[in-house]
Amino acid sequence: MMPVLSIRELSLEFPIYRGAVKALNGVTLEVGRREIVGVVGESGSGKSVTSMLAMRLLVEGSYVVTAGSVTMLGTDILAASERTMLGLRGSKVAMIFQEPMTALNPIRKVGDQMVEVIRLHRPMAAAQARAEAVDLLQDMHVADPEHILDTYPFELSGGMRQRVLLALAFSCRPELLIADEPTTALDVTVQRQVLLLMREKARQKNTAILFITHDMALVSQFCDRVYVMYAGSAVEDGPTAEVLAAPRHPYTRGLLNALPDRVASRAVIEAIQGSVPDLTSLPAGCAFAGRCPLAGPACGERPPSLAVDPPGRHHAACWAVPGHGSGS
Amino acid sequence: MTAVSILTLEDLQVRFPVGMDWLGRPKQHVHALNGVDLEVFRGETLGVVGESGCGKTTLAQVLIGLVKPTAGRMVRERPDGGAPTRMQIVFQDPQSSLNPRLPVWRIISEPLYVQRKGRISGTDMRRAAALAAVQVEIPPDHLDRFPHEFSGGQRQRIAIARALVSEPDLILLDEPTSALDISVQAQILNLLNELQRQRGLTYLLISHNVAVVRHMSDRVAVMYLGQIVELGSSAEVMKDPRHPYTRLLLESVPQLGQAVGEDAVSSSTELPGNRQLPTGCFFRDRCPMARAGCERPQALLRAGAGSQRSVRCHVQVQVQVQVQEAPCP
Repeated sequence: MMPVLSIRELSLEFPIYRGAVKALNGVTLEVGRREIVGVVGESGSGKSVTSMLAMRLLVEGSYVVTAGSVTMLGTDILAASERTMLGLRGSKVAMIFQEPMTALNPIRKVGDQMVEVIRLHRPMAAAQARAEAVDLLQDMHVADPEHILDTYPFELSGGMRQRVLLALAFSCRPELLIADEPTTALDVTVQRQVLLLMREKARQKNTAILFITHDMALVSQFCDRVYVMYAGSAVEDGPTAEVLAAPRHPYTRGLLNALPDRVASRAVIEAIQGSVPDLTSLPAGCAFAGRCPLAGPACGERPPSLAVDPPGRHHAACWAVPGHGSGS
Repeated sequence: MTAVSILTLEDLQVRFPVGMDWLGRPKQHVHALNGVDLEVFRGETLGVVGESGCGKTTLAQVLIGLVKPTAGRMVRERPDGGAPTRMQIVFQDPQSSLNPRLPVWRIISEPLYVQRKGRISGTDMRRAAALAAVQVEIPPDHLDRFPHEFSGGQRQRIAIARALVSEPDLILLDEPTSALDISVQAQILNLLNELQRQRGLTYLLISHNVAVVRHMSDRVAVMYLGQIVELGSSAEVMKDPRHPYTRLLLESVPQLGQAVGEDAVSSSTELPGNRQLPTGCFFRDRCPMARAGCERPQALLRAGAGSQRSVRCHVQVQVQVQVQEAPCP
């Protein structure tokens, strides 16, 4: 079956004075129908850039795609016209962002904003759209939807705002929802509700989710498959349980070992030494080689790449992993 | 360890006026802290955990003197007759807590300059800065650089060095790793533990990250709506939470490798506002165990004779002990 989103060997850079920030360096990523796919990585790993490019939300002219392709629902995103993108965004592919306050217009009532979005995608009378908005909020287990519609965003709690955005995201039965750190700004008790809600709606409406986060534990709880990103490329992918139980890439292993819950209280945590490489001057070989305990001579020569066959299995982009490139 | 208390908080309350009328009189108040009683013992790490809006940061600000308490007292004098407890703070975001226009050695040694009222020579300041920098593993030849030349983790190391340089007894760590990535967070936590071992420091660690608090703390105070709802040894509280809010909080923390079942319910729970405080138990509206008696204000009571644990919940306390101890007035 055709995947909803397929990114192949994508490289992208942001030109700067006398150089370029190489934000993506050969990202391969696929989201199948109804699948919940997680993307984890630390800041600067390129997870947000990947999602923004998939929606073509990066400022035109500020970036250069140097290689690769992005196909979403059969459309070549890199070649698509702005008109085609408008048809995709919001209706077939929805997106929710980290900070729900900045995603809503602070000076307009929630109801007006919801009605506007609904009528943009589905021509209907304003009163009908408002009834639809009430239904949508009710779907999100909001207790008093009529009241919420008459409030301004600042009057709502963070969790409630994110529910409003989720309701809008699902209003057109999208085939793909890109959620970029949807709960990072929320408290843990609220985070759990919002994520449960997101998954419940996705299952009901047959929506696939690309879930971007820095939290390994969240991925393990909500995602079917996971991609681990480092310095602009996916270094490991596979079914979530497999990747977490038996990580193959030394970076994934290091990341899991660095979690404080893994060791006894006060014991020394196995931190990954050093820090992420400078994206303006990446090494010729593996970007992780400088911090890697397994680094050998081969690692400095050329970067390893993530295998795509067989799809859906566990792969790692690392020269030190036996059978690199051939999958599990 | 015979516990020497180096800091005592007694019924600390803070409220901020909001919404002035035309005469400039406040129409309502934000109740940030609603009676915090806490003792900090020498050499321990006391973790304070809670969600946003529970008053963690206000607590830190009161301790360091940035906010004056509306009521209640903070005692820095020690019962053993030692000098008053000296405190320093490490803030959440090193990007904004370091002066971008000062070289690192000036940033690190500034507390000394203030402490000695300017009567300190540049060479002495530099020497002190170099000493502190070595302890946090900042290379001494980087002392003339500016904050923007360092990574986030290194900046937090500089902030820690600045807190160390005046040799405080107690360091407040206000979300010290929230702005950092996981791999860097691990480095900083290791460093903090190492420094504590070497120098016998006392930490008050404020964080919303339960995993960090569990890892670092000897004792944990769980805050909810400006009150401590549970206080006890870290191992006990984390393993066997007694207060229903602590339970909810710990259950909500995502656990690695534990999938959340499809049947998990997404019930609505919203933090009540702190403009109008609820009457009775603050957690009553969200509590699954709410019953008669919850409409009365709850006191933080020991969960049993000889127990290290205090819980602000009459249901839990009565379950634990038949004979109730004398409550705080």
